[in-house]
Amino acid sequence: MSDRQSSNAYWQANLKLIWLCMIIWALVSYGFGIILRPILAGISVGGTDLGFWFAQQGSILVFIALIFFYAWRMNRLDAEHGVDE
Amino acid sequence: MSQFTLNLIVIGASFALYIGIAIWARAGSTAEFYAANRGVSPVMNGMATAADWMSAASFISMAGLIAFTGYDNSTYLMGWTGGYVLLAMLLAPYLRKFGKFTVPEFIGDRFYSGTARIIGVICLLIISITYVIGQMTGVGVTFSRYLEVSSSTGLWIGAALVFVYAVLGGMKGITYTQVAQYIVLIIAYTIPAVFIALQLTGHVLPQTGLFGTLNASDTKFLATLDQVVTDLGFRSYTGHHQSTLDMVLFTMALMIGTAGLPHVIIRFFTVPKVADARKSAGWALVFIALLYTVAPAVGSMSRFNLTATMWPGAETGQTFSQPAVSLEDIQNRDDLHWMRNWQVTGLLNWEDKNGDGLIQYYNEAGAANEQLAAVIAEQGLQGNELTTVNNDIMVLANPEIANLPGWVIAIVAAGGLAAALSTAAGLLLAISGAVSHDLIKGAINPGISEKGELFAARVSMGVSILVATILGLNPPGFAAQTVALAFGLAASSIFPVLMMGIFSTRMNKEGAIAGMLAGVIATLVYIFTYKGWFFISGTNMLPDTADAWLFGISPASFGTIGAVINFAVAYLVSSATKEPPAEVRDLVESIRVPRGAGGAQAH
Repeated sequence: MSDRQSSNAYWQANLKLIWLCMIIWALVSYGFGIILRPILAGISVGGTDLGFWFAQQGSILVFIALIFFYAWRMNRLDAEHGVDE
Repeated sequence: MSQFTLNLIVIGASFALYIGIAIWARAGSTAEFYAANRGVSPVMNGMATAADWMSAASFISMAGLIAFTGYDNSTYLMGWTGGYVLLAMLLAPYLRKFGKFTVPEFIGDRFYSGTARIIGVICLLIISITYVIGQMTGVGVTFSRYLEVSSSTGLWIGAALVFVYAVLGGMKGITYTQVAQYIVLIIAYTIPAVFIALQLTGHVLPQTGLFGTLNASDTKFLATLDQVVTDLGFRSYTGHHQSTLDMVLFTMALMIGTAGLPHVIIRFFTVPKVADARKSAGWALVFIALLYTVAPAVGSMSRFNLTATMWPGAETGQTFSQPAVSLEDIQNRDDLHWMRNWQVTGLLNWEDKNGDGLIQYYNEAGAANEQLAAVIAEQGLQGNELTTVNNDIMVLANPEIANLPGWVIAIVAAGGLAAALSTAAGLLLAISGAVSHDLIKGAINPGISEKGELFAARVSMGVSILVATILGLNPPGFAAQTVALAFGLAASSIFPVLMMGIFSTRMNKEGAIAGMLAGVIATLVYIFTYKGWFFISGTNMLPDTADAWLFGISPASFGTIGAVINFAVAYLVSSATKEPPAEVRDLVESIRVPRGAGGAQAH
């Protein structure tokens, strides 16, 4: 295992990445899908509006992208900080 | 070939496959029994997790829930998928690094407390037992519908099958059976959906068909559906009709509840590396999304098909341009034989209340628009004449409504069974692991040998199956409350305690125990206040209606509040008590970095 300094920097970088992903996660589901739907009502998608699309399909697709993005970034972070397996 | 023979062949073949896998994947050690020797590839584990996670409720009920409520029930779609983002970033990689076998074991080690571990075991047992009863009854119902046996016979057959592969193979056998079950269930779900999307919209993909144009009316499908259901006095399909606050809290409760379900978490103990645990959560969600993005199309399109069956004019969006379907047609027409089939099961029923020979389907409780009011007056309607429409037939009757060939119906039957059996097996493994590893080895007999523990694990698996079967035969009142009880408890107890154990080095045993107890007790009291103490009807202190709920928060959404209470109490209590010992801080530091995860640890 690397020294404490490096694993601290690693952990801070991980937390920053998690915060970024969590903000997007909340924005597409609770935001676009529910609370902000009235604001997006003007943008029509397939017979309804953008908020409906996010609630029933878009949010799920973004979730998938988020997990793979996180996994990919973490693999790089692991290697940069010398804590990979 | 008769439909019964087809069903028998397809279901029989799927069962033979599961048993074959079980014999091939026998477990020889506790590491294999609890964690498949940590040798499952991330994609395989993703598939197994998808089958583990998608229960009879996802397969059979969810499309119906969306069909009859529309947009407001998007909460299920977001809630039951968003939890995987939390798992991938907040729990799975660190728990995999920890490298033990059960969720209570982590709670016990991290909070250096046998008491915390036992509280974890109790929460796990309540969650998993509530959940497994629903799966067992689902197996019984599917058997009785498709194989013409009584539902208790069906249940025993299902239990015997699970017994073979779960007792023999443990996690290893369950994993590879779940992979096969995922393939069966996703094929079964997709085929009818593709046919229906093609018929209605000309799209091969149900996902794009949902937002496509309806062939018959040349307007957008969803716009036509909105038109037709509001014509009949129902709330619009795409409109937002429920409390925004409750929608947010309910979605959150489902998300953090999902991330806190022990049978889902332990699936991530089976991959070789920490990096695989992250990736595997992504694959799990890909496989789950294959069903979850199809479900809203299945729901809306089968609602449309049902409505257009009752009012043939609705097919082009002109609801009242033709008279309602006649009683004579329902009883004689070949393409409506599915209505007669499902009437027998009691899931669908009709009654010509005004004796005009037509069956008029509309919302008698809703605010009738002018047009509907005129129709009611003109035809002398005495109330809605399609008296029973069970949510579940939206998926189960789908192939028949769309007039698909018999083998499709047989595959749907095998798919429903695969969904219920795979989830039941995952839950039973979580239950038996908690009993043999946390109770027997952890508390009662720590000196037990490896061989002794493997035997104990098999015996507790057998006993768990027996108990689940007996409870499935006589479901207690709480069995219907899976969403409120299982997700509420997972959200208010297990998710917060795991997250604090990983993300805080300062959290101590006093804080964790107080937090779990406060979260669980607050959630249970809130649920019992509206649903009755221990779900005994008549003992509720307030009516279970939106007006009586505190700030309009439904009992099923309260898990979110329970989690907040858990976090707050844990923080306050741990600030006032002494720090955890140095070795616990070292443990937390070590689970935060992937290096050194290695293979299964003997301990």
